[in-house]
Amino acid sequence: MRLKLKTLVAVAALAVGAGWFLTRPSPLPDDAMSGVTADAAHGETVFWAAGCASCHSAPDAEGDARLILSGGQRFPSPFGTFVAPNISSDSDAGIGNWSALDLANAMTRGVSPGGQHYFPAFPYASYNKADLQDIADLRAFLATLPADPRPSEPHDVAFPFNIRAALGGWKLLFLSTDWVVTGDLTPQEQRGRYLVEALGHCGECHTPRNLLGGTERSRWLAGGPVPAGKGRFPNITPAGLTWSERDIAEYLKSGFTPDFDSAGGHMASVVENFAHLPDSDRLAIAAYLKKVPPSE
Amino acid sequence: MRKLFAAAAILAIAGTGIAAAQDAPFGMQIKARQGIMAYRALQMGVLGGMAKGDVAYDAAAAQKAADNLMATVTLDASMLWPQGSDNSANPASTALAAIWADGSDIGDKATAFAEAVTAMQAAAGTDLASLQGAMGNLGGACGGCHKAFRVPSN
Repeated sequence: MRLKLKTLVAVAALAVGAGWFLTRPSPLPDDAMSGVTADAAHGETVFWAAGCASCHSAPDAEGDARLILSGGQRFPSPFGTFVAPNISSDSDAGIGNWSALDLANAMTRGVSPGGQHYFPAFPYASYNKADLQDIADLRAFLATLPADPRPSEPHDVAFPFNIRAALGGWKLLFLSTDWVVTGDLTPQEQRGRYLVEALGHCGECHTPRNLLGGTERSRWLAGGPVPAGKGRFPNITPAGLTWSERDIAEYLKSGFTPDFDSAGGHMASVVENFAHLPDSDRLAIAAYLKKVPPSE
Repeated sequence: MRKLFAAAAILAIAGTGIAAAQDAPFGMQIKARQGIMAYRALQMGVLGGMAKGDVAYDAAAAQKAADNLMATVTLDASMLWPQGSDNSANPASTALAAIWADGSDIGDKATAFAEAVTAMQAAAGTDLASLQGAMGNLGGACGGCHKAFRVPSN
């Protein structure tokens, strides 16, 4: 309890004392993406690894309809319900007129083209570790997907969490571009780390969160109850996930556990995405998961 | 006197059982449907083991597993899914209330599963390539329901 109180006091102090200067939206330099040549074909791999379709396709979209990123899926949380926006190629309703820099600012800084903070339901806390080249490629691939005119719906988030300016404080407290798992990693394990910690944003669900919704990096991937929902996110550290690397890679491809149960809930979407990746990437994820510190 | 004592004991034990069942509603239905799921997983294990190359292809064993899966499709399990027998009524279940909600497409998803099993039944005993070809759709059909209608668990 004392810790919670301390955290609240810390946030209040940040919001009031340090104020706007520390917490203002901070986009990338204007020339961050200059000189980057986009490869739309590679952008498709980034798209599936980053799982864009899981949240931004229409509710219950299946098959090719998952490529129509009209938004509308609802994500309940302890802070309110977030509604995924339209990120289709529509220039009014979607992000058709975004530059690669706009996408990079959104993904790595959590800042909109208009200079507003995004809510971290959009997983920029993970995407902030993405390579700018990958983001440029993703921008080019997204431009090949259909436009959909469905307007984005407003989030249903109550006071005080609806104050976007306060998100600057949240970012200051909880954003980090440091890798969680460090040390001597093979190139395969490093690839797996990039896929899990950055693009795949696995920690957004599989890592428990504190009172203010920041991920507890000390319990990285240790799972826990679904906030504002039913069921549990499983522990996928070696303390909870004891499958072989081959079994993990197979699960990420077919959805079958070693006991031939099959992936359910949002994880079924993740499997649909990861099935598009090469075997080497799924094996890299498995190799990385074996390097995560075991945590109960 | 001894008989009376025995009868009382039996009643007491039976009473405990009934009380437990009332504490967690739909206990029997949930156990039964989870039993069917476990039975399906065992059959899938036979087919999947061959599809992955962990086990040598055996046409007769594959056909038997596919036939067993079909038996679970033709079984009338409608009484196992009473309205309200979801995870919020009894945490032993991982079923979501969305199964019974207006506009639920559980029927379409069940049909897709039946079709995928029918295709597997035709393919399993033919050869390994046919079995592997049918496996993707079957896995997709399992996932179709689990994605929409199951609480996060794996």
